[in-house]
Amino acid sequence: MTMKTGITMAAEGEGYVAPGPASFDFSEVPLFELGGLAVTKPMVQLVLGAVIVFAFFYAAFRRASIVPGRLQFAGEAAYGMVRNSIGRDIIGSKDFAKFVPYLVALFFFLLINNAFASIPAIQFPTFSRASMAYALAGLSWVIYNGVGIHKHGLIGYLKLQSVPSGVSPVMYPLLVPLEFFSNILVRPATLALRLFANMFAGHLLLILFSTGGLFLIEYGGIGYVAGPLAWVLAIAISFLELLVQFLQAYVFTLLNAMYISGALADEH
Amino acid sequence: MTDHIVVAAAVENPLGFVPVEFALSLVTFGILFFLIWKFVAPRFEQTFAERTQAIEGGIAAAESKQAEADAKLAELEKQLGDARHEAARIREEAREQGARIVAEMRETAQAESSRIVEHGKAQIEAERQQAITSLRAEVGTLATGLAGRIVGESLEDEARQSRVVERFLTDLEAQNGTTTGSVN
Repeated sequence: MTMKTGITMAAEGEGYVAPGPASFDFSEVPLFELGGLAVTKPMVQLVLGAVIVFAFFYAAFRRASIVPGRLQFAGEAAYGMVRNSIGRDIIGSKDFAKFVPYLVALFFFLLINNAFASIPAIQFPTFSRASMAYALAGLSWVIYNGVGIHKHGLIGYLKLQSVPSGVSPVMYPLLVPLEFFSNILVRPATLALRLFANMFAGHLLLILFSTGGLFLIEYGGIGYVAGPLAWVLAIAISFLELLVQFLQAYVFTLLNAMYISGALADEH
Repeated sequence: MTDHIVVAAAVENPLGFVPVEFALSLVTFGILFFLIWKFVAPRFEQTFAERTQAIEGGIAAAESKQAEADAKLAELEKQLGDARHEAARIREEAREQGARIVAEMRETAQAESSRIVEHGKAQIEAERQQAITSLRAEVGTLATGLAGRIVGESLEDEARQSRVVERFLTDLEAQNGTTTGSVN
């Protein structure tokens, strides 16, 4: 607090503009207009991400051969990782095949859009726009519930998700609402918020340490020490963010696979 | 304190719902999913299946080749064993045959040599007999001739004796000097 006071006092008039939700709001600075619709940077990133993912896989498999080239090998490694370690291992070898395109598209779409946070000249995580994360979580909700209802019927599926097995019926009044709440209602919310919050917080931290470091150096005095230190921390956080970007894409996809697997299961 | 910190007023709620972004996210991801589902996944699965098949086929081919090679090797080893056996047999046979031939040869040579010796002995015997016969005849003639001469002169005294011998010798000399005729 004392530090903050000092800074605000020293920078009278100008002050330090702390990064906040405003740093994520591009509605006032659209890149261009398309049919009367303001197109912002995150929107362009979203589409660019999809284009990059498809371009990579299309190039890798355009001339697919039994003995792979370098690009095909990379494509196969990427595709195979999601297919085998997420799809097959979680959903099981009986049903996983038809979900693989969804999981592959989801994982790499998330990965590239998260990685945009660390790619120079872009440097913004697309899914720190909550509505974009809501869309993917909503889609996930529709898919796993749809899959479950398709397999077990509406009643059977609700029973599967809400009534825990191996529990005395006495406990049902307590557990059934809880299970229903946790399996049907909360899942999409946590899915979306986990992704959004991680991207949002990571980016916020980076802005804070970068612009804060600059401000401290301009402020002088102890800032000559604290400013560069802040930048060193910003670099460290950047590396941490790389890990978080990958992990969030992985966790989102993994949870999708687990929800699908749970919906397909014969017993809760 | 917060009066001094400039905070942008009236910012949107970061958790707020922006329909355009929600829709764009759905549509973009939907298109990406469709493209992956339509163009990427089948290619991958096909390549994967082909590769599995190629590897399995390769392994099967290698196994059959290996079995074939093993069979060939066994056959060759058997043939080699047979050949060794055969060679030993032939060598044994040859040794026996050689020994037999040598024995035969020795026998033949011995027979031949004894035959030659026998023949030589017979010849020598025959020649001896012949020589004895002819010698006996000649000795008889000579003895008869000599006896006749001796009988022709009386050997009474020494003078006569020496005369007879001298005449005999002279006769011999004369005969040798005038003619080359024999003594008889």
